[in-house]
Amino acid sequence: MAKSVAEYRGDVKPVWCPGCGDFAVLSAMQKSMAAQELDPANVVVCSGIGCSGRTPAFVKCYGFHGLHGRVLPTATGIKLANPSLTVIAVGGDGDGLAIGGGHFPHACRRNVDITYLLLDNNIYGLTKGQFSPTSQVAESTASTPYGNVEAQLDPVELAMTYGATFVARAFSGNPNHMAQLLTQAIQHKGFAFLHVISPCLTFAFPYDYYAPKVQMLPEDHDPRDRMQAMQAAMRADAIPIGLFYKQEGVPDLTARMQMVQETALKRGPGDLQRILAQFE
Amino acid sequence: MQTLLRRLGQAPPPFLHTLRYTTGRQHAGVATIGLCYNKHNHVIYCTGDGWRKHDAADKLPRFAIPHGSFRMTRDIVVRIAGEGGEGVISTGELLTKAMARASLHVFAFQSYPAEIKGGPAMFQVRAAPWQLLSHGERADVLVAFNREAWDLHHDVLKPDGMLLHDAADEVPGTNGLFRQAVPLTEIASKQVGSKISKNVVALGAVGRLVGVPFDALESVVRDKWARKGEDVVSKNLQALAAGYRFMEEEAPTLVWAIDARRGGRRIVIRGNQAIALGAIAAGCRYYAGYPITPASDILEWMANVLPRFGGVVLQTEDEMAALASCIGASYAGKKAMTASSGPGISLMTEFIGFAAMAEIPVVIVDAQRGGPSTGMPTKTEQSDLNLAVFGGHGDAPRIVLAPANVEDCFSTTARAFELAEKYQTPVIVLTDQYLAQRAESVPYPDLNSLEQVERALPSAEELQNGYRRYRLTESGVSPMAVPGMPDGLYVAEGLEHDEAGHPNLSPANHAKMTHKRHRKLQLAAAEKGFVRRYGAPAAAIGVLGWGSTLGPICEAVAEAEAAGVPVAALHTNMVYPLPDAEVRPFVESVQTLLVPELNYTGQFAQILRARYRTPIEQLNKVEGLPFSSTEILQKILELADGQECR
Repeated sequence: MAKSVAEYRGDVKPVWCPGCGDFAVLSAMQKSMAAQELDPANVVVCSGIGCSGRTPAFVKCYGFHGLHGRVLPTATGIKLANPSLTVIAVGGDGDGLAIGGGHFPHACRRNVDITYLLLDNNIYGLTKGQFSPTSQVAESTASTPYGNVEAQLDPVELAMTYGATFVARAFSGNPNHMAQLLTQAIQHKGFAFLHVISPCLTFAFPYDYYAPKVQMLPEDHDPRDRMQAMQAAMRADAIPIGLFYKQEGVPDLTARMQMVQETALKRGPGDLQRILAQFE
Repeated sequence: MQTLLRRLGQAPPPFLHTLRYTTGRQHAGVATIGLCYNKHNHVIYCTGDGWRKHDAADKLPRFAIPHGSFRMTRDIVVRIAGEGGEGVISTGELLTKAMARASLHVFAFQSYPAEIKGGPAMFQVRAAPWQLLSHGERADVLVAFNREAWDLHHDVLKPDGMLLHDAADEVPGTNGLFRQAVPLTEIASKQVGSKISKNVVALGAVGRLVGVPFDALESVVRDKWARKGEDVVSKNLQALAAGYRFMEEEAPTLVWAIDARRGGRRIVIRGNQAIALGAIAAGCRYYAGYPITPASDILEWMANVLPRFGGVVLQTEDEMAALASCIGASYAGKKAMTASSGPGISLMTEFIGFAAMAEIPVVIVDAQRGGPSTGMPTKTEQSDLNLAVFGGHGDAPRIVLAPANVEDCFSTTARAFELAEKYQTPVIVLTDQYLAQRAESVPYPDLNSLEQVERALPSAEELQNGYRRYRLTESGVSPMAVPGMPDGLYVAEGLEHDEAGHPNLSPANHAKMTHKRHRKLQLAAAEKGFVRRYGAPAAAIGVLGWGSTLGPICEAVAEAEAAGVPVAALHTNMVYPLPDAEVRPFVESVQTLLVPELNYTGQFAQILRARYRTPIEQLNKVEGLPFSSTEILQKILELADGQECR
């Protein structure tokens, strides 16, 4: 019997603004966990700082509310230490692309078996409305009263370029679709990136700002085709949602570490006394 | 001094009175310090007053004993210098290992340029039949691989020292009493047929000169090239024998016969390697790091060894990621460590605060180098103490340990894991370039007596009755659940939180939780085994040191005592929190407190002043080099003079 969503509700009430896109993400996470009947004791939700950073407390499982920008290396350490855990990293656009931007390429290319949700609201919400790396040029924000002068980053294009083996996008306006994508992401053996358009009604744009541009990837989209995925990601006229790209059969970081361990054992056993004797 | 050495746990050297004191005077004495003779039986001997040539027509001095049966009665310092790439370092390493296999205690360090290739390289090894505390000051033997090496290093040769140089180089007169040209290049190319084996020829020559038995030299050469096959081994042995033979036949030999295996089996290991192995012995199974001088060989050594123990090594994109992943791994139940140097530790400070706040055990090694900023990557300094103790924002309790020598690097690192697990807090291990990269002969660590300490886990009962991760306890330590444990669900929280781990910014809660986190340090300060005391039981002058200054401090104290100045020394491996029960009585017992440190501001002295409100004499050195015992001794004698005047 499938578990109920209520079983994955944390004992802290969400503190987000009414209407925040992050509520949909939380609900999708709980739905996906329930659908997979994940044991809460074997799930770690790990976050950085920002509105999205509060997520761990709202999900019933183990949590790690870490430092701004550092969610990916933290989640990597957790996964490597105990590969049997399901590790979900959650962060915002500022957390993942500004302060933590240096970690994103490496999590992708290491193919560490975690799921990374980048909750993108195109703004710094927790600090009340400064521009972020995904804010639009010329946008007026609390810290760009005369218009933003910096170009906008596209997280899906970045993940493709960095070599992520699972790249998808979801929209908070469609939580059921998001839950399905999330289930695929969690089940993907390797680094799974899920970009979520999660509107900030207080400081950025409402749902209907995004809704007209959001559209499902065409049915004939082949997620094994890297070029096609990249082309879809680069569309300027629309915000496609769905699974852009998925590459299977690439060894994940834990598997690679096991290969290293096997190779190392050929050099000599894990016997400290014998290793010390090399120094005599 | 005999008492001091006994307290150090060593047998007194056989002829202690022949030790030379560095006050400028040499103790006149009967005993021979060194003895040389050549194939014509010309004997050159050394008394306490210096070297004397002995006429062949004279009767041999009565202490002239045939080669091989003379006990080594003093230490010997050999410096090898040349161009990077000439094999200077490998010659030094092989000589060091051979000396250790021949039962000597060794203490070796190297200096290399910050440039990637070329530039002058230097290796210095000091050997003696007793435990050595420092690298020694001037050289008894200088091996100059080329003329430039002579230019740079001839000044360090003792007046009674010997210069050994390649016969191919024109070398001007030397300070030393002896110089010996050895056709290194010629022997290598003509007899061995390979110019690059010049350094192995030199190994044979210098080995014979200082009396290392040939079989010890042979065994290290065999081990070094065993993997390359028998051809390479025999070529190198040929080179070794040629150098050895040359000295045997042509040149005088310092006769230091070496006692066989008196001190038990020893290993020759560098500080960084000892740290890596100490960590593994303590149960470390996760290591992450980012390359930085002088800490990189911890990363390299861990990468080599840890996977054999089922551990994981991750080279991260930066130091923040390194510590982040270690804290993640520790949260998930693995003992974890990272290592870096000042610039990297600066980047880690935010996470040090996080580990203190979320109460996650982690060990962080800082191999200090000259700072600030990029500073002097290949030079030594003790200027990261403030960073280690105070670095980061907020009141973030942590423990700071500082090994004093290579043997400590193993044991102190193991204890760092013990304290990290016990108190669920970050533990910083402060070494420095001088300690991290030097090699010493140390006894085999006793792996059986090593206690593996694990963090407190919640009991089944506690888990079933509403587990609270940050439960207030008398000790401040709350049992820590690990992901995977049913009923242990909690959030490791960097926000101020209540006992359940829920964010809580109320005034009363912040006060309670801050107290809780700091209570753990009070217990840590009472941990035993971090403080050593030397010298006179009641002395007016006390020297209080930390970290790698132990060696020169001990030598200076012994020398001062021998010169009739009663002085005591206290050395602590735990610099934060201070082991008050042991430090305070010492601070209060002496009239003058001297704190020598390799930094400009006196960072440890400041901590002591704040704690004990006592006047402190500082001795600070910021040259990127370790203290010599003379520098500390001079300061002690100066203070002693001042006291007499009072």
